[in-house]
Amino acid sequence: MASLKEVKTKISGVKKTAQITKAMNMVAAAKLRGAQDKMEAFRPYTSKFNDAMSNLSGGANTNAFPLMEIREVKTVELVIVTSDRGLCGSFNANIVKLAFKKMEEYEAEGKKVSFVCVGKKGYQLLRKTGKVRKSYTETMGSFQMFNAREIATDITEQFLNGTTDKVETLYGRFISVARQVPATAPFLPVQPVEQEEGTEEKKASGDYIYEPSTEEIMDVLQPLYLNVLIYHAMLEVGACEHAARMTAMDNATSACKDIVKNLTVVYNKARQAAVTNELMDIVGGAEALK
Amino acid sequence: MGQQIRLEVVTPSGAKVDEDVDIVNAPGFGGDFGVLANHAPFLSTIRIGTLTYENGNKRESLMVSGGFCEVSNNKITFLVESAEAGTDIDVDRAMKAKERAEKRLNQSAQQTEELNRRRAEIALQRAVARLKVAKSL
Repeated sequence: MASLKEVKTKISGVKKTAQITKAMNMVAAAKLRGAQDKMEAFRPYTSKFNDAMSNLSGGANTNAFPLMEIREVKTVELVIVTSDRGLCGSFNANIVKLAFKKMEEYEAEGKKVSFVCVGKKGYQLLRKTGKVRKSYTETMGSFQMFNAREIATDITEQFLNGTTDKVETLYGRFISVARQVPATAPFLPVQPVEQEEGTEEKKASGDYIYEPSTEEIMDVLQPLYLNVLIYHAMLEVGACEHAARMTAMDNATSACKDIVKNLTVVYNKARQAAVTNELMDIVGGAEALK
Repeated sequence: MGQQIRLEVVTPSGAKVDEDVDIVNAPGFGGDFGVLANHAPFLSTIRIGTLTYENGNKRESLMVSGGFCEVSNNKITFLVESAEAGTDIDVDRAMKAKERAEKRLNQSAQQTEELNRRRAEIALQRAVARLKVAKSL
């Protein structure tokens, strides 16, 4: 049995860990609120954008725009959006796992795959494949629209000059605080946005006056739309990260409590054994003196 | 007061304006345009500039950066990357940004680096628009 002192140090060590994990849990909870607010604020923008895009691309000829051009797919680029920091359970690992699965699928079809990593964790895990074309780390902490634009512009250039034929994004979708699932979404070529149900009245007023022409508007809107997609993925991952960390840290804290409980039992047993031993010594000594 | 049109200005960080107004003047890609109540459905891209709207005697200006606007069902919606009211604008910072952009433009006139030049031009446009809005207070 471990000595009394050893057990005691261990208990205080575990208690300190519990303190840290609890603090991290609370920090994550606070940050999650911020990230969720940001996501809420962004929602009207995306939904309006989707409406406008569907209005526009309804009658558009897909091959008229270089960004919508559907080519024979030889190279696929996967944009992996993960968090910059770890200690958030299996959240990043799940996204990367999906990335590997996708990679294998595409490679089985004889396509070349490359990665663009947004967020440090994804980069660290995918680096050894040697297929990471570009990585953006240290952006997930506080990012703005222009960060998303930088990323989207770079990816778009690759698509336009024919280096990549298809681009997909992989990120974590925020379903609830307790549930985040890895998800993929098509990025390039730009998909014509489907009309959502219940937009009959929209169709009726579909005869818009366009200024400048539809084509020119599309040329401006499509890159913006791509920025929005990236920004959206980053926002979702931000919220997911904090939610995942909250759960992970909550589990860690309760695990610490369990360990402390068990160790206290061990400690008490050891203490009792020591007391009994001492008593026996004293009694033995007293007997000998008689 | 005549008929009014609903104005919405939406940015990635949330809705900035949501109210009924008399007239909206916006910086369209091909030139400024004004929109009154019951305008026909209309879609235009927006460049960096000032968006003004009037409601009764009240006249407000916003600095907007690139995006687009949609008019339908007596509602005008601006989707822009950013929108700032005069009170939100830091005049000193805008002034400095303007000087910096001008300096860079002068420099790159010699070097003619396309990308830098474009960036500086955009920065200059933003700074000028900000100053204009801030002054109109």
